[in-house]
This record gives sequence, structure tokens and C-alpha cells, in this order.
Amino acid sequence: MTNGTGMNNKISFQGVAKTFPMKGTDFTALDGVSLDIADQEFVTVVGPSGCGKSTLMSMAAGLEAPTAGRVLVDGRPVTGPGPDRGVIFQQYALFPWLTVRQNVEFGLKLASVPAEERHRRADRAIALVGLDEFADALPKTLSGGMKQRCAIARAYAVDPQVLLMDEPFGALDALTRVQLQDQLLATWSREKRTVLFITHDVDEAVYLASRVVVMAARPGRVHRIIDVDLPYPRTEDIRLSAEFRQIRNEVWTSVYHQQPAAPAA
Amino acid sequence: MAVIVPPEKTAVAQAPRRTARRSRRRPLVLNVLALVTGLLLWAVVAALGLVENLPTPLAVARKAGGMLTDGTLATDTLASLRRVFLGYALGVVLAVPVGFLMGWYVTVRALIEPYVQFFRTIPPLALIPLTVVLLGIGEVPKIAVIGLASFMACVVASFQGVIDVDRTLINAARVLGASDRIIFAKVVVPAATPFILVGMRIGLGASWATVVAAELIGAQEGLGYRMQKASTWFEMDTIFVSLITIGVLGLLMDRLLLLAERRLTGWQERR
Repeated sequence: MTNGTGMNNKISFQGVAKTFPMKGTDFTALDGVSLDIADQEFVTVVGPSGCGKSTLMSMAAGLEAPTAGRVLVDGRPVTGPGPDRGVIFQQYALFPWLTVRQNVEFGLKLASVPAEERHRRADRAIALVGLDEFADALPKTLSGGMKQRCAIARAYAVDPQVLLMDEPFGALDALTRVQLQDQLLATWSREKRTVLFITHDVDEAVYLASRVVVMAARPGRVHRIIDVDLPYPRTEDIRLSAEFRQIRNEVWTSVYHQQPAAPAA
Repeated sequence: MAVIVPPEKTAVAQAPRRTARRSRRRPLVLNVLALVTGLLLWAVVAALGLVENLPTPLAVARKAGGMLTDGTLATDTLASLRRVFLGYALGVVLAVPVGFLMGWYVTVRALIEPYVQFFRTIPPLALIPLTVVLLGIGEVPKIAVIGLASFMACVVASFQGVIDVDRTLINAARVLGASDRIIFAKVVVPAATPFILVGMRIGLGASWATVVAAELIGAQEGLGYRMQKASTWFEMDTIFVSLITIGVLGLLMDRLLLLAERRLTGWQERR
């Protein structure tokens, strides 16, 4: 598919800025961000807090509108949320009064998918994240990792072409996080989606992505984009390899040793 | 000054953990023990004549038996219950939608909130003289005052429930393609249910508190009326029977609502 923005771009940020009105001066969360993400690409965004990485994701999701510039998905400007873009939040955001299956079916019901197909697709999504045994459990009985797997299943069930993930594993312990990273990659390689994954964890950013976008804060902007030339499927061997460490160090340096930001007003 | 170290501290730590069953039964045993002790204390105080005119538990029980057989207790209870139910139902049925509208629409909130906040500061009982003048001394003013009491308790709770709905839940529904109408019905209403039920329990308490006072004005039957009448004749035992009946009924109704709350909001994570 071609469009005015170039070749095969699934998501395209074009000169995007976002300011929030504050007392006195406006707060600039993002300023002049341009970024193209190809179809089926896995891109991670990493940066210090306050660099506007979550705002970036919210705008792609259609939950917030840019103050300036445009956000395009499939070449069309984003005007609001839509089931073509699945969103996974750090706080899981499961409906606590619904069981795992009911949560997963929520989006399918909204799309008026007939009951039989709905159950089939929900079962498949639940199996995809390995929650089969907990399909009828309430979220309160699940661990943090299981809750996030349920949220991933809920997003997958409606079959979005784009997955937007806002620090999805940020609240999990290190072991669970590694497990979910591997599961996410396995799921992604089976059913390719375009993934925009926000994180503050450098290791996670490098392990998952084919490209890491490093952002800078005050105002939020793209600092550097680093290609991760490591093959998929990513394995433990890759995680422990010298090549991985080299890229990780490069990302680390550009996150933690950025040019001093402009002094805050 | 000596430092006191609890001697059994280590022993307790090493003792086997109590089974869940036993620790659950224990409060019940203590509850019963407290009730029995209270009754005994009351009997002793009454028997010794420490408080003037205090009837003995036995006298109160005998009176209750008498009021049961001649039907006055049933008539009074039914009359009071009817007022509470009608007023309470009226209050809740109005409060939940009004609270929802206030939480959902900023305009509605701005229009209604001043009145809610203002009337909330006036005890419903203080409105009784006004309602008597406006609505007479029939059933209507009593039900109106009870309705107002439960409305005030419930409207703030359901309004707060809507405001406190987790933004991420709303966003999660929105990104799955939910319209505002769906978000309201499928996210806001269930998320606000625990708040509403708490409001309903508070409203019920307020209704009971109000019925007795409401019956002080021109009632012909009812537990509050019975007490009022008994006090002019110095019938302490009748007063006690009415009081205990009010307490027991209030407790029963509260337990029923609590049961409903457990069933409807069992999905909540308790920390």
C-alpha cells in the first residue's frame, strides 16, 4: 500500500506536538515528533519519565489529539479510538466484574460478533496466552502476570492490526516480565501485528524490538532511533549474547547520558 | 522504668496457626457472650433499682408477649415498616438516576449540586415542622421526610460512584469500540454499584432514624407513636419493646442489604 507519507507505513507521526494547558505557561509534552512504523514492525519506545512516550501512544490510540501535526494509521488521520488498534495498559484495565472469558468477549460483543463465533474467537485468544484453565475466573483471583495476559487476549480477540502497549509489564516482577516478553514475541511471530511498545526498561526495549526509539524529555522528542540487528525468534541465547549487550549498552547510553535537557521553566 | 516485654510473644509465634474455621467462629461466640452479659447487667441494674423506673428484662419480655398476642406490636411494626419502605424506595429510586446524571453530565451536576449540598446540611428531622405545615399530618409528610433522608444519603454515594470510575476502565472500553451509551451501561453502572449499595445502606439507617421522629407527629399507629404515647403514661416496658423492635428490624434489613452487596459486588478486590 502506498500513500502520501511514503512506503508501507502502518503508523506515522508527522511533526506531532502536544501541549497541556497549565497555570502560567503551557506544558509541552511532545514537540515535533516524526516517526514512521512499518506494517508488522515491532518498535519499542524508551526514555526518561516525562518524555511523553505514553502521550505518543495515547495519540495513536485516539484517546488524545495532537496539538499540532498529524498521526496517521494506514494513511488515514486518527480521529478517535477504534477496534483496528488494540491497546494494552500498564494497569491491566480488566473489568473486575467480568470473568476472563467475558472480558475477552467484551470487544467482540461490541462488534456484534455472533455468539458462536464469539466463543470460538475468545477461546482461541485465551488459549493463545495460556489462560485456558482460568477462563471462568474473576480478575481478582489472578496474579498480575495473568491479568496482563488476559488483557492481551482481550486485545487480540478483536483481531486488531496494530497493538499499542503502554508499559504493559511495568508493574510485574522481573521473572514474570521475562516470561511475558517471550510469550508476547511468540504470539507476535505467529500472528504478525504492528506493535508500538512503550517501556522504561532498556533490556526489554532491545529484546523485543527491531527498532528502539529513544526519547528525550522536556520537551518530549525523538532523541535517537537504534536498529536492533538481531534475528527473530529471540531466545535466551540472544539475550545473553555479546551482540545483545552491545546494542543494550548503546541504548542505555543514549537514554541515561543524553545531552543535558533545557532547564525547566 | 522497667521495660515490659510480652512474655508469650515467642510462644505465640511458634504456636500452630489457628484453623480458619475456629477463628471465624470465635467472633460469634464473643458476640453472644457480650449480649448475654449485657442482658445480665441490665437485669442486675433493674433488680437493684439503680435506675429509676427501669423495667427488668423479664417485664419487657412479658410486655412484648402481651403486645404480640393483642396485635398491637404487629400493627405498629407494619405501620412503621410501610412508611420506611415507601419513603426509602422513593428516595433510592430518585437518588440513583439523579446521582448518575450528576456524575455523568457536568451541566446536571452544576445545576443540582448546590441544592444537594445545601439540603444535606439540614437534618431531615428539622424539616418535619415544615412538612406538617405544607403536607398536613397524614402519611404523605412522613413518607416525604423519610424519602428525603434516604435520598440525601444515596444521591451523594451514587454521584461519587460515577465520578470515581477508573479512567483506564473507560479508556479500555473506548479502545474496544464502545460508545458513550455502552460505556455508561457496561462500565460506569457496574463500577459504581459498590458505592450505590453503601449509599443504600446509609440511606436505610437514615430512614429508620427518621421514621420514629416522623411518627411523633399525628400518627395513629407505629413504633414511634407507641413510644410517644407510652412515655406520657410512663409505660417504660412498652417503650423498651418498641425500641428493641426498631433495633432488631433495622439490623435485619441492614444484614439483608449486606447480603445483596456481597452477591452483587463479590468481584471487588479487597486489600
